[in-house]
Amino acid sequence: MARARKSAEATVDPSLPVIRIRDLYRIYRMGGSEVRALDGISLDVHRGEFVAIMGPSGSGKSTLMNIVGCLDRPTAGSYVLDGVEISNLDRDRRAEIRNDKIGFVFQNFNLLARTNALENVELPLLYSAKTDLTDAERRARARRCLDRVGLAERWDHTSAQLSGGQQQRVAIARSLVNDPAILLADEPTGNLDSRTSEEVIAIFQALNDEGRTVVLITHDTDIAQFAQRVVAFRDGKIISDHQVADRRRAVAGSFEDAGPPAPESPRPPQPPHGAAVEEPAVAAGGRGLP
Amino acid sequence: MTKAQNILKVAVTALGRNKLRSLLTTLGIIIGVACVVATIGIGDGARIQAEDQLRSLGTNFLMIYPGSITSGGARAGFGASSKLSYEDLDAIRREIQDVTYISATNRTTQQVIYGNQNWSTSIQGAETDWPLIRSWNIERGQFFTDQDARSANKVCVLGTTVVQNLFGSEDPIGKIIRIKNLPFKVVGVLESKGGSTMGQDQDDTVIAPYETVRKKLLGTTAVGGILASAASNDMVQRASDEITALLRQRHRIAKPSDDDFIIRTQTEMLQQAEDQSRTMSYLLWSIAGVSLLVGGIGIMNIMLVSVTERTREIGVRMAIGAKGKDIRAQFLVEAVALSIAGGTLGIFFGLGIQKGVARFAGWPVAVQPQAIALAFAFSALVGIAFGFYPALKASQLDPIEALRYE
Repeated sequence: MARARKSAEATVDPSLPVIRIRDLYRIYRMGGSEVRALDGISLDVHRGEFVAIMGPSGSGKSTLMNIVGCLDRPTAGSYVLDGVEISNLDRDRRAEIRNDKIGFVFQNFNLLARTNALENVELPLLYSAKTDLTDAERRARARRCLDRVGLAERWDHTSAQLSGGQQQRVAIARSLVNDPAILLADEPTGNLDSRTSEEVIAIFQALNDEGRTVVLITHDTDIAQFAQRVVAFRDGKIISDHQVADRRRAVAGSFEDAGPPAPESPRPPQPPHGAAVEEPAVAAGGRGLP
Repeated sequence: MTKAQNILKVAVTALGRNKLRSLLTTLGIIIGVACVVATIGIGDGARIQAEDQLRSLGTNFLMIYPGSITSGGARAGFGASSKLSYEDLDAIRREIQDVTYISATNRTTQQVIYGNQNWSTSIQGAETDWPLIRSWNIERGQFFTDQDARSANKVCVLGTTVVQNLFGSEDPIGKIIRIKNLPFKVVGVLESKGGSTMGQDQDDTVIAPYETVRKKLLGTTAVGGILASAASNDMVQRASDEITALLRQRHRIAKPSDDDFIIRTQTEMLQQAEDQSRTMSYLLWSIAGVSLLVGGIGIMNIMLVSVTERTREIGVRMAIGAKGKDIRAQFLVEAVALSIAGGTLGIFFGLGIQKGVARFAGWPVAVQPQAIALAFAFSALVGIAFGFYPALKASQLDPIEALRYE
């Protein structure tokens, strides 16, 4: 299987879209009626794009996220991720793809309880097919990812000892550790206050600036304005797909803020450009990963 | 850290988070395994002890007792018959070639007096073959002679317990002790033999000539019992059959159920002791089995709880690339770790019980590596058997559902 993937990777043309969806259907049958959660959509996402998938609940965006995340299979249609046709893969093969090509970031962080930040970040490496990594290499890699989100100092903190924003940053570090083809964030700011949300978005923007592909699922129009491109869903269909004209830049603030985040601190809306151009506090340069 | 080490670490951490729960879960396994270890140790110890003691009674011996007699439908109890006569003994001595040594015996309990000391003990009547049948050596002095036996002389041989209680450090040989107000001359002292199977002190006895005990102390004509020995172990059963046939003929008994005597052989007694310890073993094994079963169900129960509690964690692990077999391995290892931890604790408890019983009962209890290996294997097996279903259930969770689980 490893060889099959190698050859698939070898033929990937960087100019081809990293996500290529054609006539995708996901139909749930409930009793006699059928629900078309995805009703024949087609979508391309290119390398280095920052795409926001928008839509109210029930619009099909979560179903799309499950399929793009290789957690679910489409009823019909084609989905090619990084040169691999996903729609007919079995459970185990999809688990391999998730491990190798997708970095998940969830709304409720989903870190393992009573496990420290470094071990949380290391976790995907332990399920990886790349077994040639030594203990020390794995650790070093996880540390670099934590450093990337400004939490290197807190590597031994467990989730209970971290604020919501810090937990989400650990989750982002975890999503980076296997150097995935796409980052798939499902409402990553849904459980955060507006200031912390912006900090998290700033990390995604910085990662995107380095060339990473980010797919952000959200129902929040404000958050979507931080993306380059917004794809809006309704009733299982794409109703609009456009580039963001006045893309907002998030201000990272200080990552080393100690303690829990302040309650909803009202912040004046940031000007779309100008002040926000300042380098975020994240370490710059390269993809930061081996 | 390899994948295997990681799985082990995750399992140990998960169990460590709920120490009390883990301990209570393994209690069944602990008890079961402790039972297995203690059973094997104690069972073997008891069997060896019983066999040693039975062997100490003598070599290849048979005991012939008067049995119950039936008169007019009413059966008298054991030993009530006086049908066994000295003529029977003579006939056996004369006609049964397989019997090497034979001695009439009887027994009474009397107060024995020496100087200002007195001691209540059992007085056994015996003939000169007796020490040969019982393989019992004389430590000091000598056994009484055929002449003493025939003439019903008032001589006796003492067991060491009696010597200690009457004479202390004094040399008893040649001294006169009084039994039922009759003077008996001490001619010898028996070697110490220790306790018997029934817990009696075999050294607490006085041996006197059979005729002396019968006439002077009991005043009866009945033979208390006949002790005989065969030349070898193989001949014991044949000797027993021949004696049975002879006595039936002499007593004119037609049906075996009418036998007015009982023959017991050493082999039979050994067999019986073995049967007893086997029954005891079965009992303890079944307790161990039930306990392991209950322990296994406990493990399955707690693993199912654990799978439900950690549904989200399973979802996260699957999302970041864990395959079904990774999840299955994780929970299976957890169940096995739980049961093996229980097993290990159980082994220590079992060894403790063994030691305690050994000290209390004075049994030789050896630690058998195969018992420990068996207990260990059992506990691992229970973990696999009862951990499999919860692990399978965990591995078949749908990651989407699992991630959504609250």
